Parts: sequence; C-alpha cells; structure tokens
Amino acid sequence: MADDRQSSGLLDRHLAFVEALRGAGLSVSLAEDLDSVAGLGSVGWGDREQVRQVLAATLAKRQTQRPTFDALFDVYYPALVGDGVSTGSTNDDGSTDEGDAEESPTSSTADAQALQDFRDELAEALRSGDEQELRRLAAQMVGRFGAMPGRGPGLSSWSAYTALQRVAPQQLVDQVVQGLLDEGMDEESAGRRANRRVGAFTALVEGDARRRIAEEKGPDHVADVAVRPTIEQLAFTSARRADLDEMRRQVFPLARRLATRLTQEHHARRRGPLDFRRTVRASVATGGVPITTHHRPKRPHRTDLVVLCDVSGSVANFANFTLLFVFALREVFQSMRAFTFIDHVHEVTDHFRPGADPAQVMADLSAATAHAALFGRTNYGRAFDKFEQSYPDALGPRTTLLILGDARSNYSDLHEDTLRRLAGSVRQSWWLNPEHQRNWGTGDSAAPAYGAIVDMVECRNLTQLSEFVHDLAG
Amino acid sequence: MTWFDDPSAAAARLAEVGYLADGATATTTYLAGALGKPLLLEGPAGVGKTELAKAVARATGSDLVRLQCYEGLDEARALYEWNYKKQLLRIQAAGSDQGWEETHDDIFSEEFLLTRPLLTAIRREEPTVLLIDEVDKTDVEVEGLLLEVLSDFQVTIPELGTVTATRRPYVVLTSNATRELSEAVKRRCLYLHLDYPSVEREHEILASQVDGLDDRIAEQLVATVARLRELDLKKAPSIAESVDWARTLIALEIRDLDEEAIAATLGVVLKHASDHERAVKELKLNRS
Repeated sequence: MADDRQSSGLLDRHLAFVEALRGAGLSVSLAEDLDSVAGLGSVGWGDREQVRQVLAATLAKRQTQRPTFDALFDVYYPALVGDGVSTGSTNDDGSTDEGDAEESPTSSTADAQALQDFRDELAEALRSGDEQELRRLAAQMVGRFGAMPGRGPGLSSWSAYTALQRVAPQQLVDQVVQGLLDEGMDEESAGRRANRRVGAFTALVEGDARRRIAEEKGPDHVADVAVRPTIEQLAFTSARRADLDEMRRQVFPLARRLATRLTQEHHARRRGPLDFRRTVRASVATGGVPITTHHRPKRPHRTDLVVLCDVSGSVANFANFTLLFVFALREVFQSMRAFTFIDHVHEVTDHFRPGADPAQVMADLSAATAHAALFGRTNYGRAFDKFEQSYPDALGPRTTLLILGDARSNYSDLHEDTLRRLAGSVRQSWWLNPEHQRNWGTGDSAAPAYGAIVDMVECRNLTQLSEFVHDLAG
Repeated sequence: MTWFDDPSAAAARLAEVGYLADGATATTTYLAGALGKPLLLEGPAGVGKTELAKAVARATGSDLVRLQCYEGLDEARALYEWNYKKQLLRIQAAGSDQGWEETHDDIFSEEFLLTRPLLTAIRREEPTVLLIDEVDKTDVEVEGLLLEVLSDFQVTIPELGTVTATRRPYVVLTSNATRELSEAVKRRCLYLHLDYPSVEREHEILASQVDGLDDRIAEQLVATVARLRELDLKKAPSIAESVDWARTLIALEIRDLDEEAIAATLGVVLKHASDHERAVKELKLNRS
C-alpha cells in the first residue's frame, strides 16, 4: 500500500496539499497529518467526497477555515482533468464533453450562435438545479469561453472572469425565474432560488478556472494567488460587497463569543473577601473543619466608552463594523456614546437601540454620514476642535476614549493640542488604525504625530478587533 | 473493538436507531471509531450534536457516560474526589487505638473514592461512549485535564497510582463555539461541524419524529424554517424547534400552513421580539 502511494505520486500530492494548507494559514501539525493518512488508509480512495470529508475532519479544525480548505482541496484533488474526461471518481456522471470544445468556430456568427446555445442550455440547467449538469457546464464554459490562448508567459491561459463576462449568467436570472414560476413557485422564492443558483454556479466556474490553472502551472502557484484568507482574517479595507455581508453576519456571533469569554474570565477572578459566616456554617457539616470556603462577590468595574469614528469613504466600513461590534457588547460596558465625523462631528448613539437589526443599523449609519461632512474632506484637527466645543460633557475622568480612523488628514492642521487635552481629560484613550503598520506615516498619514499622544493600535480584521476589545473590557 | 465497519455501515446503523446522518457525519463518526480519536462536534445549538453521541451509544450497544460542562467545573467534579466527610468519620470512629500508619493507608483506598464521569469512563470494562457536553463552557484549566485524559486515556491519582483504560471509550465532545478551544485540544480530536440539515433531510427527520404529520404541511414547514434560518436572526430555529412546531400544528389541527397559521404559531420557533418583527417583515405577514 505504502509503495503504491509513493509510486503513484499521491503521497507527494498529499504533502504538497498540507504545505498549501499551512501556507493559507491553517496550522496543521505533524500529528494531524499522520491522522489524515491513517484515516485515508482505513477509508480508501474510492470516493472523492469521502476523501474530502476525511481530510477535513483531520486537518481543518475550524469552520471558518472550511472555504479555504475546500478551495485548496479542489485544486489539489481535482474531480476531472482537462476538459472533463472523467477520472473515475464517483462524482462525475462519467460523460465526457461532446467534443465541441475542440472545434473552434470560424466565423463570429457561429461563435455567437454557440454562445446563445450554451446560454439556453445553462438556463435550463439552472432552472432544474441539476448539480451534476451544472458542474459539467461550468467546466465546459471555462474551456470554451474562458480560454485565453497565446498570452505571454507568466499569465494564465484560463480566466473565470472572461468566461463570466461573455456568458453573463447573471442576466439569465429573469429567464430562470420565469421557468420556476411556470412550475408553480411563488415569485419571491423563485427569485431567491434563481439568485442562489446563479451564485453557486459562479463559484463553480471560478473553481474550475482554478483547477485548470493548477493543471497548467502546478497547484502551488494557485494556492499562492487564488485562495482568499478566511473572513476573520480579511482586512476591512480590502473586503468586497459579499464579504461585507458575511462579515456583518459574523459580528454578532463574534461579539457573543467575546462576551461569554469576558464573563468567564471575570468569574474566574471573582473571589472577593472571605464570607466568614457562610464558611463557618458550611463547616458544621464536616465536624467544624472548614473544608470549603465561601467568598463574597467582587464588585465589577465597568468602563464608560466614547467612540469617535472617521466615516470618510476609505475607512467607513471599518468604522461601521467596529461600532456594531462595540454596541453588540453593550452589557460589558457601563455606558456608550458614539460620534462620527469627516470634518464635522455628529452623534449616532441613537441608532443603536437594543435589539436593533444590524442590517438596518448599517444602512442608518451610511445615511447619517451626510451629517458628518461640511466640506467633504477628512479633517481630523477640525473634527477634534468641534468635538471639544459641542460635546464637552461626553468625556470625564472615568471615560475611555476610542478613536477610529486611518489618521489621513489631507495635510490639514492636526490640532495636536486639542487631542492632547481630550486624551488628558479621560481615564485612558486608544486609537484604532485599519491600515497596516508599515503604511503609517506615508503620504498624508499623521499616524506618528497622533500616535505620540494617544496609543495607536493596528486593527485590520475581525480577529484583531475582538482581541483589542477583549483587552479593553477585561 | 471496532465501532463501525465502514462509513456506509455507520450511516445505516445510526439510521436504525433514529439518527439520520449525512455523508460527512457518517464518515467522521466511522473515522473516530477506527482511529480511536475523540470526535469534536461544533455547531449552532439544536442541530443534534448531543443526539449523535447518544445515537452512537444506542447503535453500538454501549453505555453512555456524560460529563456536562459548566463554568467553574473543576477536577473534583470531572475526574475524581476523595469523600472527605466519610474520611473524617472513619478517623473519628477509629479512635485512639489505631496507629496513624494504618489509618492513612485506610482512608485513601477505593472505599473513599468518589469517581466522576471521566474516571468512570476510563475504568469501565464494557464498551462506553463518553460524552463531554458543551466543552466550550469550561475554563481553560479544565482543558489541560482533558488533554491528559484524551491523549493517553489514563489518570494519575497520587494516593492510588495510575489508572489506565482497559478499553478505550468512544469520546464525543460537543461545543457551541462560544469560545475557541485551545489548539492542543483540537489537535487531538477529529473535527466535524454540524450545521442545519438540508431541506430534504429535515423533512425526513420530521417524518420520523412526528407521528401523523401530513407530507404537504411538512414540506411547507421545512421550507419556512429554512427561510427563517436565512434571515439574520439572533437565534435561528433549531431542529428541535421545527419538530415542536410540527407538533404544535398537529395539536392545533392546522391543516395548511398559510400566513395566518405561521403568524399565530411563530412563537414556537422564534424566541426574540426582534427576530419576531424581522420575520413578520421578511415573510410579509400582515400582523396588526
């Protein structure tokens, strides 16, 4: 068995796969690697899905890593090779392409006709929702419409983007909805289903392009460029729309986890002074020997928080997420007030009603951005001045001040004296910067100047954010 | 002993005892038995994590030893404890005619040991499924204790020596992911994330759990629950809650799950006012 593996290159492939997982940020230990090989030995290589499950159970120990794992698995253990000659895995229906992938249409009309035929076929498959058929069509689509032959060396000759642009499955949604309506589905669920299927198909196409590139250049190349980091590690500033939705869904679970952790840690340190009376009473049961001691609870100390956010275009996402996150932790803090600014300060505390819907809050915050700008350019100095004038009651000796922003102030006057006064009037103050630390101080970034007054912390993703809030509240 | 012969056998035997497992669950369940590794189940509340451990016990004819974790769980509650009161009595009853030597040999013997779930599971001769429930609720110190037990299946009691498992229990840990478990614990476990079942599977589960449920209404109900889970709710409806809902509908003799029926019984599946409002808005229920 072991000899077989070595000669078939499976072992090398497996080792490369584990290396790629490590490269993508999964900490795979040697012990887990051995487990996965042992597991495969007992389950066998017969069924691709089972191989995937065995590897996932032994190597990917967090749900957030699962998309990364799946993408890499598809690259290293592809379901088909080339244009879909079945590799004998039970996942394929075993049918190969009809050979029309090879014949290149000579004239543009034939080409357009081919495209039209393909789109009709695709719309039909999307309507029926046949998984196998969609998988086959995705492979065919990249092969026929995503090929970019004759590109220079170093550029890949397959592109999911090109294929998606030409076929434009998004435009098929109406057609699919119509088909579903004819089947007697109601309009709303038909729309939802059609959108979901088109989204899934797009993911299939991207996966197939990755697979082909991997065949051409070796999987390691793809693992380096095409696989995105997990949602918790994704930088706020480079998130796409879909990622933002996913992040928004993650904020509340993350906040809940953090709140639980804080209460636990708090309880672990909870032992206050000895409760003499209860201890003596309990010792009666053990003949006067005080075996268990009882303590009085400690009085919890909780922070008053004031958050001051820059909501200009470049960092708006980061500010909104942080606000949502901090407000999800309402019970951890004594009281909270939030202010947004671009060059003018505006209070947004009222948007965060208990039990408010996060999607709604995000929308409200975006709407409120208009109030925060008089001249439309970020100006920290001006905003600090305004804040000091308009809300002198917000800061007190028990307050913690939290400033969010990239400290890029368009070369305006920084008013460091104002910030120094603000920071001096509170118990502690922090500055969260969504930029990578290496970019602080480049261009119009005033990070070093402000960092000298207020402790500045890099906060680029959800993980860093939750760590920071944990230390703040703990 | 072999717990299951292969993944498909695992699926079949779990189905016999009323647990419908999907492919990943069956494979991982088989693997945990085959490799003798603990199985860590993570996922939202109410997707059948604890139920899986019980089903494994039923399917393999083993006994279930359960350790329910909570905040403040310590060695004395999880592993073993000396019965101090009994020891005190023993010392007092011996009086002054017995030397200290005999006494201290005497009071640290089997008779005065209170075994807690972890030690119980290790010492048992019969096939055992050890369920460590909601392991994320414990403090970090307990993880160290679990590590010792889960890696070697042995426990050292200073006064008695080392107790080693004669027969390895099948270990299942469940977690709602309220906190990240340490890397060390995860390294020793196989990992499976259980999520809400697919529409088809949930339909099967309802059919097997609820008697007299009409097929059409089950379909409507499952579709509605799937819909609710897609919304950003504070607490998404669990499998147990959709079963409750089905039972409610039967009890109220509702034959058709129309908007009115949903609005009237929504409280069975949604337990937050804001979730309620959201569902009413999204499902377009006309409620006053």
